[in-house]
Amino acid sequence: MTKTITDVICPFCGTLCDDVEVVVSDDGKKLLEVANACVIGTEKFLHSQSADRVTKPRLRQADGSWKDISYDEAADYTAKMLAGAKKPLMYGWSSTNCEAQSVGNEIAEIAKACCDNTAAVCHGTTLIAVQDIGLPTCTLGEVKNRADRVIFWGCNPAHAHPRHMSRYSIFPRGFFTGKGQMSRKLVVVDPRCTDTSKMADVHLQIEQGRDYELLNALRVALKGEWLPDSVAGIPAEKIREVADILKSGRFGIIFFGMGVTQSLSKNHNIDEAIALTKDLNEYTKYSIMPMRGHYNVTGSGEVFAWQFGFPYSVDLTRGFARYNPGDSSSIDLLTRGEVDAMFTIGSDPGAHFPISAVKGIAKVDSVCIDPHLTPTSGVSKLHVPVAFNGVECGGNCYRMDNVPIDCRKVVEPPEGMLTDEQFLVMVRDRLRKLKGAA
Amino acid sequence: MAKTISVNLISGRTIQQGVAIESGKEKPSYRTACGIIEMDKADLKALGAWKNTNVKVTSDYGSVVVKAVEATQGPHPGVAFIPMGPWANSIVNPNTYSTGMPTFKGTPVTVEVAIDEPVLLGIELVQKQCGVMVG
Amino acid sequence: MSEYIIKNGHVFDPVQGIKGDKLDIAIKDGKIVDKVGSGAKVIDAKDKTVMAGAVEIHAHVAGPKVNLGRIYRPEDKLFSCTPTKGMERMGSGASIPTTFKTGYEYAKMGFGVAMEAAMPPLFSRHVHEEIRDTPIIDEGAFPVFGNNWFVLEYLKNQEIENTAAYIAWMLNVTKGYAVKVVNPGGTEAWGWGLNCLTVNDPVPYFDITPAEIVKGLMEANEYLGLPHSMHIHPNNLGNPGCYETTLDTMRLAEGIKANNKFGREQVLHLTHSQFHSYKGTNWGDFESGAKEITDYVNKNKNITIDTGNVTLDETTTMTADGPFEHHLTGLNHLKWANCDVELETAAGVVPYIYSPNISVCAIQWAIGLEIPLMMKDPMRCYITTDHPNAGPFTRYPRVYKWLMSEKARKQQIDSFKHKDKVLSQTGIGALDREISLYELAQMTRAGPAKSLGLASMVGGLKPGMDADVAIYNINPDKPVANPDDIEKAFSRCAAFIKSGVQVVSNGEIVSNGHKRTLWVNVKAKENPQVARDIAEKFVKYYSMTQNNYEALGHHFVPNPYAIEVDATN
Repeated sequence: MTKTITDVICPFCGTLCDDVEVVVSDDGKKLLEVANACVIGTEKFLHSQSADRVTKPRLRQADGSWKDISYDEAADYTAKMLAGAKKPLMYGWSSTNCEAQSVGNEIAEIAKACCDNTAAVCHGTTLIAVQDIGLPTCTLGEVKNRADRVIFWGCNPAHAHPRHMSRYSIFPRGFFTGKGQMSRKLVVVDPRCTDTSKMADVHLQIEQGRDYELLNALRVALKGEWLPDSVAGIPAEKIREVADILKSGRFGIIFFGMGVTQSLSKNHNIDEAIALTKDLNEYTKYSIMPMRGHYNVTGSGEVFAWQFGFPYSVDLTRGFARYNPGDSSSIDLLTRGEVDAMFTIGSDPGAHFPISAVKGIAKVDSVCIDPHLTPTSGVSKLHVPVAFNGVECGGNCYRMDNVPIDCRKVVEPPEGMLTDEQFLVMVRDRLRKLKGAA
Repeated sequence: MAKTISVNLISGRTIQQGVAIESGKEKPSYRTACGIIEMDKADLKALGAWKNTNVKVTSDYGSVVVKAVEATQGPHPGVAFIPMGPWANSIVNPNTYSTGMPTFKGTPVTVEVAIDEPVLLGIELVQKQCGVMVG
Repeated sequence: MSEYIIKNGHVFDPVQGIKGDKLDIAIKDGKIVDKVGSGAKVIDAKDKTVMAGAVEIHAHVAGPKVNLGRIYRPEDKLFSCTPTKGMERMGSGASIPTTFKTGYEYAKMGFGVAMEAAMPPLFSRHVHEEIRDTPIIDEGAFPVFGNNWFVLEYLKNQEIENTAAYIAWMLNVTKGYAVKVVNPGGTEAWGWGLNCLTVNDPVPYFDITPAEIVKGLMEANEYLGLPHSMHIHPNNLGNPGCYETTLDTMRLAEGIKANNKFGREQVLHLTHSQFHSYKGTNWGDFESGAKEITDYVNKNKNITIDTGNVTLDETTTMTADGPFEHHLTGLNHLKWANCDVELETAAGVVPYIYSPNISVCAIQWAIGLEIPLMMKDPMRCYITTDHPNAGPFTRYPRVYKWLMSEKARKQQIDSFKHKDKVLSQTGIGALDREISLYELAQMTRAGPAKSLGLASMVGGLKPGMDADVAIYNINPDKPVANPDDIEKAFSRCAAFIKSGVQVVSNGEIVSNGHKRTLWVNVKAKENPQVARDIAEKFVKYYSMTQNNYEALGHHFVPNPYAIEVDATN
């Protein structure tokens, strides 16, 4: 006999689908089938079952080989490393739950660490822009129920957020959008002809890196002012046509992604996108939303903010919280060689940081807490495998629109394996003793 | 002399990249998904390379060997795409210009055919560049 | 649990009518008792003032819009960070402090209870996570109902019973405390960029008026017999002339009687009344409507109010009144955040600087003080700053100073750039009333506790009540030499005992206490229609499933304190 668990939350991307169904064996130890999830989510659930999984902490030896150690020894190593470091960096947090993040923050406070999440390489520049100019946004259900204009700017949900379009943004039939896709006009802005742009009513194949200019041109077009013949490779008449499409909607939404956050103008691109949204609210109703990547990067920002006051890039080394991206941000800390111990959890900077920053990790004492083998574990001194959050343990997570959803445990982790939170509690208690903290 | 062309490099997610990272970054499937450069047909022609040829991509910040494939989401002449991962990150512009965010999109690179050079596995590639001794 | 005896203090307790008499207060097992054994720890309160722990009836201290404020205002942290210190976690933020700092600051001022004034139900799990991380103080949260699609649909057909069943379900799944209404109908209209500025403006599509929503929610609230009344932020907040909308809203309560077992007498609580008491037609002829509003409230016993005092600070405004925040960013051109919440509500956030050099801000300051000074019954008027909208809650001691000292008010008025305008547009210059310590205890303890339906639990020092006791460095036998001494004394209590545990000593945190989450557990009649409607809306219109909607205890509400309501009869 098998059991079907419904309303399961998928711990992959910021779409945080919560309608997944999982079939498990009667004893709750084996995960057999996954329904409703996208191909990536399905793989995530199924891979947790692989036979070649690392189940014990491993410490790298002088000859480069791994030696299995116990969780107690791993917690000792981690606590000592943090206690001894002057400027430890505790990075990641986006693929774990808020409970673990909370314990992590206690550790960071005792260790006087720098703490950062994957917004560092994702929507960090969005946060800077929001701090400059604000953010008119909404929940994804608003998009489903009201939106008749949908803009994807520099993002490709067909690949990165596969169920976003069917659950929220393009296809669903909502309260005021009974005709589903027929109720909506879709505009995609991307330098490539992506699988998302292929569905669009209008695709603006923008010259790469010219987002600021095009956003600004749209604001000009809204006001009916003069435009040059072409901006960012898009003819003026096309820009005016799109401005009219945007203006004529009753409820519009701009989703944006790495195309604007990671190209040269960075936060200025997003400033301009938010300014466009604000301008559109003079005519009709508009919202804008970052397409957050990791399933709980948003939650990490929330927990940082209510505990320390800032959403990422937090420096506690002075005993109180400071925030100064460019100075206190992970990439800069690592490339400047300021970090003397690296603690990674729920993320893979080894794969997703520029190699010059990864070299900064490899040079120092380091711990990588991750169920997978990754480039980060490959350059770390200690690898601590843990249970898969959202599969083998529950815990709260925040969707890209900041809606919290409590993940479900659907299957038991391999015997003896700890969760992120359990391991962090061991580290915290040891660190308290070492530091004589209250 | 081997031909070299200049293109503008961007990186980003693909669904194959997503599946590969969840099925194990130590596996060859990760390399298959991300150790590639998607190039426009016209650029491949200019380079004089067949599809699925190994190429060396070089920027001011490093170089990496990947497999050149034809753009799946093209056309995008002059723009090349390496899915996010250690291969792209070996050559992207790491400068944050005081924003904290590296310039992952829009790195000028040159591409040349490197038919005899291997594309490394993901973890191996990073370990090698960082000088990590592996037992 | 340990025993305490607080000796020789001047006790102010409206619950027992004690007006500064020298009395001993005994504490045992977390409760006030008649007497304790000789082993009890003695706290000497000689020449000091002893009051029950204060009760915050309306503040924005936890949840998505508060955190959005923290996230998007790094400048609010400039000069306001506090390091880790003994028991205390590090903190930051002036107008939107971090959760830890929020708990400590309230406790240091002697507050035992604080109510989060607007919980978007879809985000209840977030609100509770922050409440969990706010140490010491007991907190509850008010889910918002005034723009909820279920409510709009039921009340359009005058279905009070269904509305009540829905409210009961919502309080249970969100672990909510009371029925909050913000800009009824107007926030739903904001979904299309519109608003409802009077009680008779129809809500787009739903074809119901704010008046019908307000009346229906009051009736549903009394149908269930909840501890608190409907708690309303009416339409047309903050606009010159808005006092008429406020009067129209309060008139809807005429003829409705309170029905509950908690000793609550009002059926409508008007919150941050300062923002709703404006006369005039524009910002030039802007003037106070405090007299009209307090005249009405003084005559109608089924209404309570809180003040919403402007403290003349740089702060962060935040409200579920989405269209208002959009209007405000148009006025001050500071950064605007907004979040519309599917089927339920919206919220907006805009920083604001209440400058003493701007006549409108100075007039707002005066109106906030006129209202409590004009209210005849301090048991029906509570001091708030609508934190952080009119000012941060940490400024309460300064507001107390202005209320308790005419001299302090005069000093402030004299320092205004537009002093003459403040005096001509408001009645503040003619008010010589000074709030007494006893009245202050009514306005900050017994009054709000009674309005919230917590009268038997907090807000007083009667044996049997929770042992929340604050001791302040004020000797009522001596005249106040300098009004600033009032502010100083209320900023940091000499000692604060929360639920029988001493948490503050000489203004410093000495324990993280035993924080609780207060919520209202309504047992309601089964209502299959409402259950069906809920299931249908989740399937069709919500972006999450019904089974993931509830704020479950294990993580979100680890220390619940449920107030039971039986509405099955």
